[in-house]
Amino acid sequence: MSRHFVIDGQRVPFEEGETVMDAALAAGVYIPHLCHNPEFHPHGSCRLCMVTVNGRHSAACITPAADGAEVENNSDVLMAQRRTLLQMLFVEGNHQCPACEKSGACQLQAVAYYCGMLAPELTHLYPKREVDASHPDVAIDFNRCILCELCVRASRDVDGKDVFAISGRGIGTHLVVNSESGKLGDSQFDAGDKAAHVCPVGAILFKHRGYDVPIGERLYDLEPISRVGDVAAQEDYNG
Amino acid sequence: MTHHLSVEDVIADLLGQWGHDSYNLLQILIGVQQVFSHVPSAALDLIADKLSLTRANLEGVIGFYSFLHTQPRGLYDLLISDNIVDQMSGSRELAGLLAQRLGVEPGTTREDGVVSLGYTSCTGMGDQGPAALVNNHALTSLTPQRIEQIAGLIEERMPLGEWPQELFAVSENIQRRDLLLDNDLQEGAAIDAVVSRGAEQLLGELEASGLRGRGGAGFRTALKWRFCRDASAAERVVVCNADEGEPGTFKDRVLLQADADRLFEGMTLCAGVIGASRGFLYLRAEYLYLLEDLQQELQRRRDANLLGEAILGQAGFDFDIEIHLGAGAYICGEESALIESLEGKRGIPRIRPPFPVTEGYRGRPTVVNNVETLIAAAMIAANGAEWFRSRGTDDSAGTKLLSISGDCKRPGVYEYPYGVSLETILHDCGAEDVQAVQVAGPAGQCVPPSEFDRSIAFEDLSTGGSIMIFSRQRDLLNVVENFSDFFVHESCGFCTPCRVGTTLLQKRLHKVVSGHATSEDLVMMERLGSLMRESSHCGLGATAANPVLDGMEKFPELFAARLKSTSFEPAFDLDAALEEARQISGRDDAGAHIEGGGI
Repeated sequence: MSRHFVIDGQRVPFEEGETVMDAALAAGVYIPHLCHNPEFHPHGSCRLCMVTVNGRHSAACITPAADGAEVENNSDVLMAQRRTLLQMLFVEGNHQCPACEKSGACQLQAVAYYCGMLAPELTHLYPKREVDASHPDVAIDFNRCILCELCVRASRDVDGKDVFAISGRGIGTHLVVNSESGKLGDSQFDAGDKAAHVCPVGAILFKHRGYDVPIGERLYDLEPISRVGDVAAQEDYNG
Repeated sequence: MTHHLSVEDVIADLLGQWGHDSYNLLQILIGVQQVFSHVPSAALDLIADKLSLTRANLEGVIGFYSFLHTQPRGLYDLLISDNIVDQMSGSRELAGLLAQRLGVEPGTTREDGVVSLGYTSCTGMGDQGPAALVNNHALTSLTPQRIEQIAGLIEERMPLGEWPQELFAVSENIQRRDLLLDNDLQEGAAIDAVVSRGAEQLLGELEASGLRGRGGAGFRTALKWRFCRDASAAERVVVCNADEGEPGTFKDRVLLQADADRLFEGMTLCAGVIGASRGFLYLRAEYLYLLEDLQQELQRRRDANLLGEAILGQAGFDFDIEIHLGAGAYICGEESALIESLEGKRGIPRIRPPFPVTEGYRGRPTVVNNVETLIAAAMIAANGAEWFRSRGTDDSAGTKLLSISGDCKRPGVYEYPYGVSLETILHDCGAEDVQAVQVAGPAGQCVPPSEFDRSIAFEDLSTGGSIMIFSRQRDLLNVVENFSDFFVHESCGFCTPCRVGTTLLQKRLHKVVSGHATSEDLVMMERLGSLMRESSHCGLGATAANPVLDGMEKFPELFAARLKSTSFEPAFDLDAALEEARQISGRDDAGAHIEGGGI
């Protein structure tokens, strides 16, 4: 007998060592997520992939799959909780979708649509954050960073450059660039780095290119994220 | 404070002292901070280069810990303990007096670079506050006279070593003794027990004693040790968690001061049982004043063959203990965050599993135990399970040290058998007209008088030791606000619900306290709080909303009394929002205010 768990009534098989997220994705079951990218070691920080396993809340991306477990993913309660988590991410930064080049191909926006988040009810924090345009090919808009640490992980684990790190604590947590000036242009960052191609939002953006794919025809304009998956896996948006 | 030293020399010394090991980064940075009152930019590059780390990595570590800085602090870095109990004894007023006397705003460094003033989380002196730290050395029992005296010493540039010693006096303040504090341990008796009777029999004794972790979580100590012993590995590690950061607790301070010998005996016992060769004492930065004595005690034990190689002549029983300092981060009391910190990193709690007992410090099986737990283990090894079971309840064997502070006549450390009721405790410490008792710190529970028959035990009110008492004269909403501010300051920032939720809760609560909230805001606080409870990465996030949720449940009338009757109120003060416009237009007449019509 192969091992399996049940997610919202559907049997999902898994291999030893897989997480709930791994097995669900392999079986074509979408669990909302932002900091997770199957190419990297799971992180568990955004908490959007929170499911219940045998009644207990846990983040699917870091929870080992267990034989016979009952997993709840699409319940009303979990979707409501995800909407609040998404709102937290929106009010924590400065996210102006209509003025963002990533609009329509942004995972934060797409997951928010998928979960039915319509308007932020929480108090906006309006942090003062910078835009770093010092690099010739790539700009960083820190206003949009959601601290998923995918660029940190990619630069460390794939590029072997450690261009990024996290500093600060609590609500002051922020992304830093490894150079004496703290500017991307003075770092070893290159547009060909893996770290340039994993940002789920519009924080790391290529310069000299704008709206190649028109609004209305973009990745998540056409189909929901539950069907097309992560933007990082789409070549058109990360070339 | 010795600025004539060169950055290069200081770093060369520190790197040598810490074995050129990148895992000791935090200790090296603390050393640089102590000498230069910050970590200068040149030091960042030098250390990063020598340890094959990146500059950004170092910035990340410095940015995480409250007591590390990249900008110079004053020669005298003063931090006033901002716990609610310190506030109740006048700490805020004293900080104001000091600010005025020295001409420096709280949160800033004076222009001449002589003095910095700020607030810090509870420094563990709740029984002898108001308290503060000067260059991490504890100041206690502050009064307006002492503030005058301190300001004078600073203006004279008197070296800290020449300040009057009474300013730094920390009294033990033990008010009640029982099993642990009333009995002594013959030196080496616990270690001898494991050497002569063997690890299996010792584990059996420990299991029979029913000893559970004294940090608050209550995990069975024998089981933890057994898991670690059974994990296959070439090296195992014992860690003592002396990062006593829960606001209102200070009993480990007393144990570290008076009972270091028994603590180290307990750690060595653990090493003998699980087969560890390396031990760490992780000491919170606020207890820096204890460091020298602790180091001396370690040396004394090495000289007595109670530490080092072939302990008590037993070939192969090699074990030694290093002391690592914290640097101002409450989260490092969580065992996996503590291990990250021991490894020189940001104190972010790890993903579990794997648990520290199988993969801890540098991936090695690691036991992390509280100070009190290790001392209790040593006493059980010497005196037996029955002796320990003579106190407490079936599920909570033995005694518990409580740190009692707030509105009572006799604050201090009390050792009680588990099962003692709050009523008894309040009577013994001379607390009258009590409105509420906060058990287990801000992350714990607020208990109203109707529940004072409840008892201290794992099966009822579980606590690491913090008991704060509030009389009917206190505004409990101030207490809830203080606790919410604490969690904003101490959230590690890793997961969304805790990082953002703590700040959003703080803002909503402020809206309530300032009289701008409606019942809708209470509903939102409930929603945010239960989300934090269910979705956070670690225990800090899961309990950070407790003060608000618990307060609304146990004392709903306090919240209701502050509400506006309208159905909606903006989250900000409309009139205050006009201030910038008033300044630009140079107006301050009635018409420039909301009440005046805003024309």
